[in-house]
Amino acid sequence: MSKNKTIYDHFMKRWHTLTDKKYFWPLFMITGISFCTAASTFEFIDLYLQLILIYVGINIILTVSLNLINGYMGEFSVGHAGFMAVGAYVASLLTVHVFPTGAQNLLFPLAILAGGLAAALVGFLVAIPSFKTRGDYLAIVTLAFCMIVKSVLENIDAIGGPRGLLGMGKLTTLPWVFFWTALSVWIIRNLVYSNFGRGVLSIREDEIASDLMSVNTRQVKIIAFVVSSFFAGIAGGLFAHALQFINPRMFDIIKSTDILIMVYLGGIASIAGSVIGAIIYTILLEVLRPLGVWRMVFMPLMLVLLMIYRPRGIMGLKEARMFMPLRDFVTEKLWRQKKKEAGDATP
Amino acid sequence: MAYIFQQILNALQLGSIYALIALGYTMVYGILTMINFAHGDLFMVGAFFCFLLAVYLHLSFVPTLLLSMIGVAFLGVVIERLAYKPLRNAPRVSAIITALGVGLFLENFTLALSPYPKHIPQLLENTTWIVGSLSISSLQILIIVLSLALMVILDFIVQHTKAGMAMRAISWDKTVVPLMGVPVNKIISVTFAIGTGLGGAAGVMYGLAYPVIDPYMGIMVGWKAFICAVVGGIGNIRGAMIGGFILGAVEIMVGAFFPSTYRDFVAFTLLLILLIVRPYGILGKPQPQKV
Repeated sequence: MSKNKTIYDHFMKRWHTLTDKKYFWPLFMITGISFCTAASTFEFIDLYLQLILIYVGINIILTVSLNLINGYMGEFSVGHAGFMAVGAYVASLLTVHVFPTGAQNLLFPLAILAGGLAAALVGFLVAIPSFKTRGDYLAIVTLAFCMIVKSVLENIDAIGGPRGLLGMGKLTTLPWVFFWTALSVWIIRNLVYSNFGRGVLSIREDEIASDLMSVNTRQVKIIAFVVSSFFAGIAGGLFAHALQFINPRMFDIIKSTDILIMVYLGGIASIAGSVIGAIIYTILLEVLRPLGVWRMVFMPLMLVLLMIYRPRGIMGLKEARMFMPLRDFVTEKLWRQKKKEAGDATP
Repeated sequence: MAYIFQQILNALQLGSIYALIALGYTMVYGILTMINFAHGDLFMVGAFFCFLLAVYLHLSFVPTLLLSMIGVAFLGVVIERLAYKPLRNAPRVSAIITALGVGLFLENFTLALSPYPKHIPQLLENTTWIVGSLSISSLQILIIVLSLALMVILDFIVQHTKAGMAMRAISWDKTVVPLMGVPVNKIISVTFAIGTGLGGAAGVMYGLAYPVIDPYMGIMVGWKAFICAVVGGIGNIRGAMIGGFILGAVEIMVGAFFPSTYRDFVAFTLLLILLIVRPYGILGKPQPQKV
């Protein structure tokens, strides 16, 4: 490393001092939302780009929430699309059939929230078999669950069955997507760096040892599954109202595979990685659109090459400073200071 | 009564195809502890090889079957060498994701080359015998007998040959076996060749039984075969056969007595119940975690 500081270094230093501030996340939220509101009202970002940004946001929510289970907890869940389907259907049923048409805009967040809660309830049910089964068998449980959800949705004629459900207004706007995305990233970040999050990590490293260290593994697993599926449900609700049409086939195993790819492309156990993975995957798919069918040939090829040369993904197990809470820096600084005072030379 | 026998026959047909695919999953898992999620797509490639050979080269049934098996086996070995071998010491999950990527690649590559569903011509004269009110087609009998024969051959290879012994040894202990002079890479290639070759055979039979093939047909069948492997106890070859026949029977019987849209629902619910009762599959042994 050269000692000459570039503009980039100066900028990063400023950025880090900003992200370390306590008011960073509220500030980030407010600026982002106001920018997005301005963008969608004055349309200085054209509609196509806005749509892509909406999909990027939804994919970030999905990826970050799946990373909680697959990356931080070290399980292999392949049924994320199932939770998404539950959220999408509950939210759309509420806006189409329950809420009065006049107040849809106001009640939209409630619908999304209800979708998230319904998905969380289902996530709670899936968490129960995870007490005993692990690894590939848990993967099968989540896979079977995903297929059951799809099959149930196909068999209820009142919600359209295999034909799907339509009639949702275009309620998913850029500000809302930004709000939910930032919220989910913020909550999962805080969760991971909390006491509970340490429990999640300890389950990944060694479940028996963490049990012996009095981590309540059952409780931790339940909370992780509930939180993860809650956000998957929210992403589903947003997805349904962005597309204005859903059918059960959208939420099959291929969708789950998509989310898995975004998680592992970005890197496990890293929120920054999830965000980057979701952005790269979504935007690359759009950029390569002129290639037609061949883009779906190149994407997996790139994924395979990335996995061979960088098996942990882009950001595997590393984290951008923005997604680490302030508290950690304070404690780390205190710890270093104490060490210095104690005269310990080793870092 | 005849209806039930008819359905049993159908179940045997579907089950034997599932079992053949499940064998590929379970063999690869047994030797590498890696789930080869591209296996379902190799099955699809087998069906497409069958289509190419039958339509463009006008081959009859036996050469089509053999060439498809060899082609898919070759493809499987190449995939193992190029994609999975560099990842043998990487975290397990990256190998799984690579497998998913390879599967997607195979699907979309086939899709780019042939965007429309293809129809496999009738390779064999299909005679139907009527016994009482039961109708038995020669194709059904052929599929069942052929896959049973393949399974018997596989069982023989695994239990009574030197390569089979090496396979069992590697799945028993991966660190000691190379020290005993077993060529691990070669054995892994052989395992891949046999497993994917069986998948290719299953593809040909599936193509004959249900003649419309498309590039995405491998996804659903592949995942279901994976479930068969897990139900039987993953890594256990006889378990995979049993699992295949069980899932085939469940699917056909549910389709026979309920509306066919309930098929997946009932099948997967049964799977969940089975996994709760026996978390390690039917023939799998619970592996106690050592501390």
